[in-house]
Amino acid sequence: MQTCSQKPHASHNSSGPASGSSVNRSVALRTKRNAARRLSGGAALFVLLGLAATLSVAFGVREVGWPEIVAALSGQVETIGDAAVSSRLPRTLLAMLAGAALGVSGGVMQGLTRNPLADPGLLGVNAGAALAVVIGIAWFGIDETTSYIWTAIAGAAISACAVYAIASLGQGGATPLRLALAGAAITAALSSLTTAVVLPRGDIGGLVQSWLVGGVGGATYEQLLPVLPFLVTGFVITLLAARKLNMLALGDDTAAGLGEKVAVARAMSAVGAVLLCGPITAVCGPIGFVGLVVPHACRLLAGGDYRWLLPFSALGGAVLLTFSDVAGRLVAHPSELDVGIVTAFVGAPVFIWIVRNRKVGSL
Amino acid sequence: MSACSLLAQGLVAGYGERTILDDVSLNVPAGQTTAIVGANACGKSTLLRVLSRLLTPTQGSVLLEGHAIHQLPTRRLAQQLGFLPQSPIAPEGISVLDLVSRGRHPHQGLFKRWSSADEAAVADALAATHLSELAERHVDELSGGQRQRVWIAMALAQQTKVLLLDEPTTFLDINHQVDVLDLLTDLNRQRGTTIVMVLHELNLAARYADRLVAMANGKVYAVGTPEEILTEQMVCEVFGLESRVIEDPVTGKPMMIPLGRHGGIHTANDACSRNKKAPCFE
Repeated sequence: MQTCSQKPHASHNSSGPASGSSVNRSVALRTKRNAARRLSGGAALFVLLGLAATLSVAFGVREVGWPEIVAALSGQVETIGDAAVSSRLPRTLLAMLAGAALGVSGGVMQGLTRNPLADPGLLGVNAGAALAVVIGIAWFGIDETTSYIWTAIAGAAISACAVYAIASLGQGGATPLRLALAGAAITAALSSLTTAVVLPRGDIGGLVQSWLVGGVGGATYEQLLPVLPFLVTGFVITLLAARKLNMLALGDDTAAGLGEKVAVARAMSAVGAVLLCGPITAVCGPIGFVGLVVPHACRLLAGGDYRWLLPFSALGGAVLLTFSDVAGRLVAHPSELDVGIVTAFVGAPVFIWIVRNRKVGSL
Repeated sequence: MSACSLLAQGLVAGYGERTILDDVSLNVPAGQTTAIVGANACGKSTLLRVLSRLLTPTQGSVLLEGHAIHQLPTRRLAQQLGFLPQSPIAPEGISVLDLVSRGRHPHQGLFKRWSSADEAAVADALAATHLSELAERHVDELSGGQRQRVWIAMALAQQTKVLLLDEPTTFLDINHQVDVLDLLTDLNRQRGTTIVMVLHELNLAARYADRLVAMANGKVYAVGTPEEILTEQMVCEVFGLESRVIEDPVTGKPMMIPLGRHGGIHTANDACSRNKKAPCFE
């Protein structure tokens, strides 16, 4: 009895200024510790990215020496080695950009749907982009990067809207579960349609098939440039949406109670995510697993705050995709393995490890 | 009587075709604790959702200190009115401190960084909910009662004059139920926060609330002090349950004891057992 009635009184008094300052101290401590973890994690990712980029330029089907690499980096194309290296530069850049874009859009989609398994593949976005591009190739004969990009963005946006519309039907609106279910259904339907479009067209079969695997090989600056404005816009929008994603993570009602317009937050993040993965799908083909695995791994370093998680996912995605591309060139020497295949090989075990060590940070 | 904080007039609301609230008017006095009670599916939570603007009524309006809440900018409303849903979602692995800090959202802007006012509000909310020691723990490691305190701390950090809570004691053990209601009473008395909550437990509602709102069939059945509202007749008409209401020996508030069929008292001819006609008791 005594302890029972003591407790509330004792705790009443604890709300004095003394405990307030101890909280302030612990707040400061916590912030410092978080900052230290983020700083070291971020620094490690930058080092890894530098390493990946170096390897990506240095290794390939043709072996080159350091003098040739240095020569190529300073713009010379005198020997075959120089030429090989300088052809690897846009490829490396594309791998980094694609990885960053897919990592961020995966993180955004996981936040948007509050679903840890969400990624651009799951919400029908990649499948929509793929179908649009395949239809463009098969029926309209498109063959320029810019028209690929616009077609892919249109396809991604249409399928994202379709998924959202289907998930919104009925009571309660587009809940995370419904979004995931609608996404899976639309993905299945769109993939069948893509096959249906390609099958009777033997003439484009090879072209489409190699594109559908997903790779960054043979990238040129001409392919790269048109993608940039889309990616920059996508990165800016998603970073602006990061605070909104933090609110959505608390559930729609709580987010609304904290003054967030839930529908606007969803729409804005979705637009950003589509702008990131649409153009990448157009240029590289659908690349899986990066959007799924990278944000989970980055939660360990950055925590669940999307303002940190999204930039970390960009770095982590770039590291993963660049390393995967290098690995693809080395394991199948003297041939090459497309990066889409390698990310599946690298991603799947990492993902299993993450699921099994489920102390992974927050969504 | 103190000034009116929330004023609902002629509310009609529901989901799709289904009308749940049918012409509800309610006046919530500032600085008081109001508990909404009633049987399941009689519109308690729906009323709370309309009051907190999560649901737009098809007719009627809600005024917060004279301003129609459905026309206020979202952020401004969130600076004045807090809402805690029945089962809020804690992101996996989030710390107490991080979660409580998110209560500052409506006070921050795109270019307004985390300020010392934010810092102070969070520290204050943690201290008031006795969570200072747990600030660095992960929310999913806490007990149900502690977790509910974290959510209340988040709502506190929001620093609103009015706080709406949907069944804040559901799924909690009785000691934690009392703990949470004690805490809310502290906030009400020490900060003057106007509290409106949906409560299942009639006796706790009568004990902790200044005013009870009894709802039946999507309408307000009666509003008043616990002594006025918690009567055998009300329990009969709103819940279809026969009961005795006595004085709580500790607080002097009314306390309801359900009779039931096995209470040892024969009630075969009682009006209440024949009175189960209300559509809420499907």
